[in-house]
Amino acid sequence: MVKIDDYKNDVPVQWCPGCPNFGILNALKTALTALEKMPHECCLVSGIGQAAKLPHYLKCNFFNGLHGRAIPAATGIHVANPRLTTIVVTGEGDCYGEGGNHFLHALRRNPDITVVVHNNEFYALTKGQASPTTRIGEKRSLQIHGVEIAPLNMPAVAIVHDCTFVARGFAGDVDHLKTLLVEAIGHPGLSFVEVIQPCITWGTHPVSWYRERIYTLGKDYDPADRKAALEKTMETGQKIATGILFRAAPRKLFAARFRQEITDRPFAEIKPVSPQTVTHF
Amino acid sequence: MEDLNVVIAGAAGEGVQTVGEVLVETILGHGYAVFAWQEFESRIRGGQNSYTIRISEKPANAPVMGADILLALNDGAADKYGPLIQKDGILIAEKKIRDRMIPIAFSDIAEKELGNRIYINTMAIGALAAAIGMNPEILYKVLSQKFAKKGEPVVATNRIAAEKGYLLAREGCQGICPWSLPERDTRYRLLSGTTAIAMAAALAGCRFMAAYPMSPSTGIITFLAENEKEFGVFTEQAEDEISAVNMAIGASFAGARAMTATSGGGFALMVEAVSLAGMIETPLVIILGQRPGPATGLPTRTAQGDLLFAVHAGHGEFPKLVMAPADATDILRQIVRAFNLADRYQIPAIVLTDQFLMDALYSIEEIHPDQYVPEFHLADPAIIDDYHRYHVTETGISPRLYPGQSRHLVTADSDEHDFRGHITEDLAKTVPVMVEKRLAKHRELKTAIRPPEEVDVERAERILVGWGASRSALLEALELLEKNGNRTGMIHFTEMWPLPEYRFPEGKSYWSVENNATGQLARLLRSEYGIVFSGEIHRYDGLPLTGSYIQEKLQW
Repeated sequence: MVKIDDYKNDVPVQWCPGCPNFGILNALKTALTALEKMPHECCLVSGIGQAAKLPHYLKCNFFNGLHGRAIPAATGIHVANPRLTTIVVTGEGDCYGEGGNHFLHALRRNPDITVVVHNNEFYALTKGQASPTTRIGEKRSLQIHGVEIAPLNMPAVAIVHDCTFVARGFAGDVDHLKTLLVEAIGHPGLSFVEVIQPCITWGTHPVSWYRERIYTLGKDYDPADRKAALEKTMETGQKIATGILFRAAPRKLFAARFRQEITDRPFAEIKPVSPQTVTHF
Repeated sequence: MEDLNVVIAGAAGEGVQTVGEVLVETILGHGYAVFAWQEFESRIRGGQNSYTIRISEKPANAPVMGADILLALNDGAADKYGPLIQKDGILIAEKKIRDRMIPIAFSDIAEKELGNRIYINTMAIGALAAAIGMNPEILYKVLSQKFAKKGEPVVATNRIAAEKGYLLAREGCQGICPWSLPERDTRYRLLSGTTAIAMAAALAGCRFMAAYPMSPSTGIITFLAENEKEFGVFTEQAEDEISAVNMAIGASFAGARAMTATSGGGFALMVEAVSLAGMIETPLVIILGQRPGPATGLPTRTAQGDLLFAVHAGHGEFPKLVMAPADATDILRQIVRAFNLADRYQIPAIVLTDQFLMDALYSIEEIHPDQYVPEFHLADPAIIDDYHRYHVTETGISPRLYPGQSRHLVTADSDEHDFRGHITEDLAKTVPVMVEKRLAKHRELKTAIRPPEEVDVERAERILVGWGASRSALLEALELLEKNGNRTGMIHFTEMWPLPEYRFPEGKSYWSVENNATGQLARLLRSEYGIVFSGEIHRYDGLPLTGSYIQEKLQW
């Protein structure tokens, strides 16, 4: 039996007191516990930003690498050791900005990893500049005349590019987020969970502003319907849908052919080729 | 037999490489050694390229700029490469444009008598076989093997084409082709720099390679992908070099020996990750195939212009290894060594090669892969009680486990971290200890570095100092100089950083010989050992250094 305390560690948290990131951390710990994953069976991978500090705050294997590069690192980790449950924890600046290209190509590769993107709609660690999801017109510390360029809609991009699991959660609803993470981690292939994470220090809107607009998709919503899913991602402003936006049958996993034809073991366990192989070549 | 140099020249798409490859096979079939190297333009069709084959009884793996026999596949090629023809050399081409040449109407005959221009190449190979003085039967055998898959009619027509070329050239050879290639029993094996790197990586236990295509390094990942079954290396074409190197670091963190390969421009994109590998103490091997820069430079040409870039790559202070193998055999040794040292010291290793070395074909009597033994340094989790990834030791080397290997948790943080791998801002206690821990590994690594190779250093007063793939040209220069009564020595580096403990003999006149414009090794040696250089021979036109180039510059 895995208990939530198995994930507890004593590293002092650097987030602001009361930050909704704590909600995401709790949801993740609860989800991993529910999935009966032991800390050593998981590897959390992150880049740079407030979200990217999360792996430090629970007991697990982790790789806190470069800004924007969590997805390539996670891809390498997962290929080299397929037995690990590999989870990327990132922010929208890290994942959609600095590492946007990697996100696009990860959609094509479809590695069996989960990507959790904390979306607070601007850069928090560098004190409030616009991010790839800041709405047009919003004034930020650098965009003093208001943001003039359009925000990215990555859930829509993911759905268009055959990501077979796309969900949106809310850091203020830990129980719901936990169920989304359980589904995402269990889903084969790249699972993408965007989490709305209001910033209580630099944010334009208070958490209540989000609460008023967020709703949970009900039983009448069919996540297999790609068109409906795209429509949901287009709802901006006054209504924000959370839940599983899109779920399709798993498709071919990255490295599947190699695992079938060459090896499905962790690469570290495989002996090097014999000198004879090279001599006779 | 005197060495014989054959140059095949033509436009991209005209079959220069095909002619070269068949000829090389045929020469090996006669029991001779070849050294083949190419220079070509960055285009798929057109331009003018050359494939140079040096034929000798014993391996002479050094480039020569000159042609005993030049085969020109078009008029422009005859113009461009004509000056390479030696005093007693000959030209084989379509039109009669000089004395001492064999004009053959390749296009006309191919079209009218053989029904397709495609046979120009095979006719040309036949003509070369006659001029070199080969046994045509050996050529026919090579051709029938090459075309076997395409069926009997194709084999038969190619044989007719080769015979035609052979007979016409034999007639034209009267009095101008003194060469012959009597058959010998020796059999040499051919190895390109590219193939050597790929094979050595597999031998070293590499399991993961990600790369973005870039000349001259693309052939490595291609070779490993083509031979996935034999070597079992997972290969992935990344969306960019940044992704490639971060994937490799991820795979390495997860316990796989991993590599990437690129050229200067791609390496520029990887530099942040070099620093990451240094910070998180994760082994990584990067092949940096040099070509002339800055920026896109000359994409298909050669240079030794990225030594200082490699040595200084990465922000901050951390240990790294930089190597520069001399030739294909040396690559086998150095690549395995790079993986071993990267693993032992948990550092990034950069292996500098160049277009010349990657694309050249070296003759080797035999390879001994059992001499290059992979050494693995992962720790045993069973004997560790309380595991901390960055446990501080005297050597700076902490026991390395990989995630999922055991119940021990494995961490990596690009931030400054404590011994557990967690972010720290404990400036008073933790930070200096971690800085010193990483730099301790630099000192340890330095003691493992081999001194440079010395040739005739005691006897000669003038010493040429070089590095990497120009070794064979340097050695040839020494021979040529010695013949002219100018005894000269050589000091040659293949392990570039950290530089070894080494004392340059006093009272010598040192000359910097490099395939770059500013003498990058010389600069490094001046700052490390305080030596003074008396002169320099720097080639920076995109072509490799050769023995005669060095000799001429030195005696001018």
